[in-house]
Amino acid sequence: MSNTLGLAPEVTTTLGALFAALIGATVLVRLIEPDPQGELRQRVWSWWIMIGIFTLAIVIDRVASTILLGLVSYLALKEYLSLIPTRRIDRFVLLWAYLALPVQFYWAHTSYYGMFIVWVPVWMFLFLPVLMALMGDTKGYLTAIGTLSWGLMMTVFGLSHTAMLLGLDPALSFSAGGAGLLLFLVIATQFNDVAQFTCGKLMGRRLFGNRGIVPSVSPKKTWEGFLGGVIATAVLAALMGPYLTDMVPLWSALAGTMIAVAGFCGDITISAVKRDLGVKDASHLIPGHGGILDRVDSLTYAAPVFFHFYFFFFFYGFAG
Amino acid sequence: MSSVLRWLFFALIVRPVLLLGLGVHVRRRELLPMQGPAVIVANHNSNLDALLLMALYPLAKLKFLRPAAAVDYFLTDPVRRFVAQRIIRILPVERGGARAGRDPLTGCYDALDQGEIVIIFPEGSRGEPEMLQEFKKGIAHLARARPGTPFTPVFMHGLGKAMPKGSLLLVPFNVDVYVGQAYQWEGTIQGFMARTEASMAALAAEGDFPSWE
Repeated sequence: MSNTLGLAPEVTTTLGALFAALIGATVLVRLIEPDPQGELRQRVWSWWIMIGIFTLAIVIDRVASTILLGLVSYLALKEYLSLIPTRRIDRFVLLWAYLALPVQFYWAHTSYYGMFIVWVPVWMFLFLPVLMALMGDTKGYLTAIGTLSWGLMMTVFGLSHTAMLLGLDPALSFSAGGAGLLLFLVIATQFNDVAQFTCGKLMGRRLFGNRGIVPSVSPKKTWEGFLGGVIATAVLAALMGPYLTDMVPLWSALAGTMIAVAGFCGDITISAVKRDLGVKDASHLIPGHGGILDRVDSLTYAAPVFFHFYFFFFFYGFAG
Repeated sequence: MSSVLRWLFFALIVRPVLLLGLGVHVRRRELLPMQGPAVIVANHNSNLDALLLMALYPLAKLKFLRPAAAVDYFLTDPVRRFVAQRIIRILPVERGGARAGRDPLTGCYDALDQGEIVIIFPEGSRGEPEMLQEFKKGIAHLARARPGTPFTPVFMHGLGKAMPKGSLLLVPFNVDVYVGQAYQWEGTIQGFMARTEASMAALAAEGDFPSWE
């Protein structure tokens, strides 16, 4: 089932709904923030650009979508490596880390799950330390290889699961296919970010008192915001899931809950890194949002968690 | 012919690689001089420094941008010579020329008199990447010879990590550019050098850069 663009009707409708929500958000923000240079206005404007590019890639084809996801992963890796202390002698090693990225996305694109799942955690994990040792400088070696390996896992391996959802496409029998799974994941993750922020703002600290979740890492994260976000995301997922994927409402809600919790984990992990390094935003790439890492932090966790949840219960069919 | 090559070189290679591949964040871009005569004073970390400063301008402005560069490095090898003279259109500066009784800045005076924008790296040769070196006094002599010319300080960080001197390997890193307020000749060489150093140090202090050892 596909229309003239080669898109499933579920995908077209969902993208349409996304733009309707964006128009709604634009009107709302114009009402509550009069300053055209205000942070919320900037943030919504950036959403237009991001959703626009994402939509364009999905509309073109799977290759374009995988390239876009690879590009996001590249920007995240570059931002990470620019943010952390690095050693001059490791320039050559860093170049190899960059080269691992297109290979990883190639495995995803060719649906080669066996290589996809071992390329970074096994082969790069073993290869880069040797290369770095061969450079011959042991001062700061452990920190250098530790930070590089972790960054590669988060920004390349973690985020490449978005492309692997598209890689499942040839084997999926429901209408929206891989694009449906990707939309489900990305919308749920980003919605959860907004919902946690909004619930946190609206409810303040009314229900659980002054004790935040991890004040030393993210002082603004409250239990009210976190739980509100999880519930809202689970409800949205229950509505989206049966339409975009082959999951029934209850399983969709469970997937939404996992995405929301994983998203929170990714968020505080990157927050901990930024706090350790003493920076507020990872860069200034996206007006109103900060860097690309500030935008995809939740996705570094939510993508692998949702992928393996779906892969185990539905792709292999354990959920019946 | 060479102006077409220059346009293509910047439009198809320099701008995509630097602005999209590496990513450049410019603070106060509006302070960059758009009309000559003007001088851009920048720190020097990499062969790419002059290319980046030129890439920050619209392609139509390329013909007004003239980076000053050492004759002995750029004009010896034939390929380098072609790129330096025809594509980038450097202003050749003869190192040690003053000692031989020639004014090494002649090319810069002419460029300013023709209303061009001169790019100068007062650290001279690219020193240790991402470390500010002591500034040479040539810019003060230039300022004295052409009083009233605005000197705009620009501090760059990241290119020394992406492609330090002696390396042809480009490794992606984010690049930060800080543009400062223009200043001009105020009567003494010492005063001008102090002003230059203070502006550059203030721009460098704006960034919070991770260690690179």
